[in-house]
Amino acid sequence: MPSLDDLKKRIKSVKSTQKITKAMKMVAAAKLRKAQESAEKGRPYSQKMQNIILNLTKSINDLQNAPKLLVGTGEDKKYLCVVLTADRGLCGGFNSNICKLAKTNFKKILGEGKELNIITVGSKGHDQIKREYGKYVIKKFSFKDKKNISFKEADEVGKEIISLFNQTKFDKCIIFYNNFKNVITQIPQAQQIIPAETKNLKEGNEQNFSYEFEPDEDEILEDLLPKNISTQVFKALLENAASEQGSRMTAMDNATRNAGDLVDKLTIDYNRSRQASITKELIEIISGAESL
Amino acid sequence: MLNKFTVEIISPDQLVLKQETNEVTIPCYEGQMGILKDHIPLITFLRPGLITIKSENESKYYVEEGTVEFSNNNLLILTSTVKNLLNFDQNSISDLIQKEEAKLNDPKISDKERYIASYKLDTFREINQ
Repeated sequence: MPSLDDLKKRIKSVKSTQKITKAMKMVAAAKLRKAQESAEKGRPYSQKMQNIILNLTKSINDLQNAPKLLVGTGEDKKYLCVVLTADRGLCGGFNSNICKLAKTNFKKILGEGKELNIITVGSKGHDQIKREYGKYVIKKFSFKDKKNISFKEADEVGKEIISLFNQTKFDKCIIFYNNFKNVITQIPQAQQIIPAETKNLKEGNEQNFSYEFEPDEDEILEDLLPKNISTQVFKALLENAASEQGSRMTAMDNATRNAGDLVDKLTIDYNRSRQASITKELIEIISGAESL
Repeated sequence: MLNKFTVEIISPDQLVLKQETNEVTIPCYEGQMGILKDHIPLITFLRPGLITIKSENESKYYVEEGTVEFSNNNLLILTSTVKNLLNFDQNSISDLIQKEEAKLNDPKISDKERYIASYKLDTFREINQ
């Protein structure tokens, strides 16, 4: 049985932890609104970009000579995986969910005897991945000091991906991130960005225009595809930022509730043992008086 | 509403503008292009220059690059570098002009870079007037 003093200290420490988690929850809630807003604002850009590319792809007849970024190198040997995570912890399963998904994919890629390269964005993901797959990590990005993710950061990552592609360091590129569905649900996702996935988009869009291109399809595609890579990375970063805050909010909400439960339980223990010691003292006094 | 179509300017982080308009002039790679209602479907990309949107009143936007799609009387401009001319800092323009001039004098840049820089310079000069 812990002493009264110990219990008192314990209650105090749990209470101050509760205060911290509560504050973190509120901060996350405020940040979430902002992050969610920018994620939603960013969606039209990437969607429309995808649409344009789709329309362009449709009107290209000579797929053999189409830009490599669109159709791939035609091989399937080397993979580049870009894992996007947060820079801060204490956000529930956010980081580990992405890493788990990424690791299952790594295992599959390596199991098939293919070459693997990894780029990590965000220090938490890097920490988790380097333990097992450290030798495959070729580059790590961290935007810890940036308050808000802007297109510039995404462009940095996108340019790196493209320059690696031009050096034929990989045939396929997959990015891993959390898709923000709502505050409680974030879905870890793997999205292939090189070669561009156009299959699933094709069905929904039945409109078919004959476009006029200026200067011509190939040149526009060559201008557009690198931009699209950065846009996809940017979209993933925004989704990730919103997911991170959402995940942190729920995690901290749970933590605050758990701390409350713990305080209640400890207070009962404390009162009980205080009562026990009072009763004990009373018995001692009474039995002492009786013996006289 | 007659002879009007929709123009949308979207940057990666937000919807910059969506409105009905009569005419839009965009700086395409191979020259200025004026777009009116019922233009044929078009996809092209931009060089540095000014987008002019004419409806009741005229508004101008500075862009450095971007992609344009016109279909179904909907003009879509995707760009990551868009700035309303009203918000342009007049004091910084002379700095920008000098910077581009220096860039043009650099013999090492490629033809494409030179092309872009010269248009940037022209646009800044136009703004400065």
